[in-house]
Amino acid sequence: MSFWTRHQIFEKNSIILIAGILVVIAIGGLVEITPLFYLKSTIEVVDGVRPYTPLELAGRNIYVREGCYLCHSQMVRPLRDEIERYGHFSLAAESMYDHPFQWGSKRTGPDLARVGAKYSDEWHVTHLTNPRAIVPQSVMPGYPFLAQTEVDTAVVADNLKASRIVGVPYSDEQIKNAVADLKAQADPDNVGTDAFGKRYPKAVIRNFDSKAGAPTEMDALVAYLQMLGTLVDFKLYNEKANLR
Amino acid sequence: MQQTQSTKWMTHGEAGLMLFFAMAAFVCAFAAAKALDAPFAFHASLAAVASGVASFAIMNRYLDRPASLPPEEISGKPNYNLGPIKCASFMAMFWGIAGFAVGLLIASQLAWPLLNLDLPWTSFGRLRPLHTSAVIFAFGGNVLIATSFYVVQRTCRTRLVGDLAPWFVVLGYNFFMVIAGTGYLLGVTQSKEYAEPEWYADLWLTIVWVVYLVVFVMTLVKRKEPHIFVANWFYLAFIVTIAVLHLGNNPALPVSLLGSKSYIAWAGVQDAMFQWWYGHNAVGFFLTAGFLAIMYYFIPKRAERPVYSYRLSIIHFWSLIFLYIWAGPHHLHYTALPDWTQTLGMTFSVMLWMPSWGGMINGLMTLSGAWDKLRTDPVLRMLVVSVAFYGMSTFEGPMMSIKVVNSLSHYTDWTIGHVHSGALGWVGFVSFGALYCLVPWLWGRKELYSLKLVNWHFWISTIGIVLYISAMWVSGILQGLMWRAYTSLGFLEYSFIETVEAMHPFYVIRAAGGALFLIGALIMAYNLWMTVRASEADVGTELALQAAE
Repeated sequence: MSFWTRHQIFEKNSIILIAGILVVIAIGGLVEITPLFYLKSTIEVVDGVRPYTPLELAGRNIYVREGCYLCHSQMVRPLRDEIERYGHFSLAAESMYDHPFQWGSKRTGPDLARVGAKYSDEWHVTHLTNPRAIVPQSVMPGYPFLAQTEVDTAVVADNLKASRIVGVPYSDEQIKNAVADLKAQADPDNVGTDAFGKRYPKAVIRNFDSKAGAPTEMDALVAYLQMLGTLVDFKLYNEKANLR
Repeated sequence: MQQTQSTKWMTHGEAGLMLFFAMAAFVCAFAAAKALDAPFAFHASLAAVASGVASFAIMNRYLDRPASLPPEEISGKPNYNLGPIKCASFMAMFWGIAGFAVGLLIASQLAWPLLNLDLPWTSFGRLRPLHTSAVIFAFGGNVLIATSFYVVQRTCRTRLVGDLAPWFVVLGYNFFMVIAGTGYLLGVTQSKEYAEPEWYADLWLTIVWVVYLVVFVMTLVKRKEPHIFVANWFYLAFIVTIAVLHLGNNPALPVSLLGSKSYIAWAGVQDAMFQWWYGHNAVGFFLTAGFLAIMYYFIPKRAERPVYSYRLSIIHFWSLIFLYIWAGPHHLHYTALPDWTQTLGMTFSVMLWMPSWGGMINGLMTLSGAWDKLRTDPVLRMLVVSVAFYGMSTFEGPMMSIKVVNSLSHYTDWTIGHVHSGALGWVGFVSFGALYCLVPWLWGRKELYSLKLVNWHFWISTIGIVLYISAMWVSGILQGLMWRAYTSLGFLEYSFIETVEAMHPFYVIRAAGGALFLIGALIMAYNLWMTVRASEADVGTELALQAAE
């Protein structure tokens, strides 16, 4: 029996055809995806990467909601010009708590993986409100409504809880104090800043939108942008230690 | 079936589905009242209204129908079920025009950013998923559902399985598109490219898709032909694989069952790999395998020639679906994804060139002995040019997946241009060609209202595509080169914003190309509308008399 006659078993039986399709399409995915969950070399061992603070997470959710990833990548490639333009190339460890990842696929605007601490808060607030006020040639949409919308505090703790279930190591204490921490990070005069600082060491406490009152979406988004790429101290990072 | 002549009963399907929708209406109304956020309340209300209408429609349909269901055969000829196909064809045209129009709008926003209006609902970041979902999943999806339901009946010489099930698939799928599309505008998104719909929309799509698979497979099972025709293999691979990809990429934990927000189960590098395993195979199985099925049925049919090589189609089928699945990591070259995965992805992407061109050759060579028809039949010309575009973009794709080329092309408009040569040239044209064939067949017309208008559509759209993709080639390569340009002193030559400024003329040309493509589609819609409205005197031969495959 030739190969072509043998093939008739697929042509004459729809269930065998489905089984054949399933087997053939399963192989590639299994080989490429499964090892990423157990090969230790996939995610580098580094110091400094921590879960997002409640305010940063709220900011990240705004970043996700507005579809920022469609024009901004968060993935510096190990190419000379990118390292000079943006900073150290991105590590897998730096997005290990990102649900979902926001590496992006297009740079209509610049990469944001290391935008944190590059510009002042005021720069970000002005730029987000009206990008062309700072960069006349920019094609970015304006987001003036962010400054007028308060962060919805009703869901803050639930956001941390859901994140914990999918694998982000938030402690019970961090979840319990989520709303207090959110308010404390956006207000240096808040009584809770010390406790917040203990729960999230090195997290920046500032009134990001420099407006009095409850934290706005502008506070949250700027807090998120200002921490991007700042968690790992690359002066101390040992590349060789992660070669396996 | 005989005994139902005297007394009229609801079928189990009718009664069950009516009950299901009646209950769903209450559950959704409750969810709307208790919702944690406004978009969720809006969607729950929409679902409640839709469920109520569905329940009522099923009852109404039952009261209007004769005691027995439509027969399987009428005087020895299969009694094909065309209603759901007509509906899906109409929706395809609707979503196509909507999707092209939103595409034109966001292309214009990139040229003239004031068009974003600084409102949440009209900003580029929310409209772009609306554009991609509307053209890929709403337009493309409806074309695939319509053609697959048509082709599977014809080539199996049997009526579609199910009475309400095909309607459930068509209407349920379009309801999913409404939920997804309105969600984006309201800021409901997972922000995973081409998998933006949130958890509840994903769940609904899963139900619809399983019913789609069951209807398709059960129709195959009861076929009257010994062999399953090649187009059906591709449709089956498309339906099965999309189900697998959808489930693999979308497991998410809702923050609350009464809110729209969820967190995806995967994180970081694994999420990236899942995402592009899904993303590239949405291209491979939705935009390629499904539309190759269209090629394998509609080109031989329109050219009145058999498929060039049956053996080539066997090789084409298995090698294409085996290799495609591996290609995802080429979207993640030089990222934090491990090198071995990137290399695997690149290797298989390059190999993918061969089955892609095997399929192209099989499609083009089907024209052997009928090439003269290209001069006289603009519909066939559209189908054949679509295959030529397929060949072009499946050469360009493997080339761009090579790491050194990718280091230049990635993150630039070159990718956008590449996608559109495939999407406008291949998927768009093969869909237009299929709809131009399908509409006269479905409504029993001899020919289209005007072949001259098809010719206009063809040329206007072709010029639009050429403008679009050449503008994106130039802007993409230009920007990629500007990013890496150094001065003689060793400094980066251009700031980022200078490279953005340099894009402006090309964004204007691209928008013009998109406008031409939209105009072409409007001409098409008019032509199809006039075809359907043609007077009874023009009604062609009986559908049942058309030769089956």
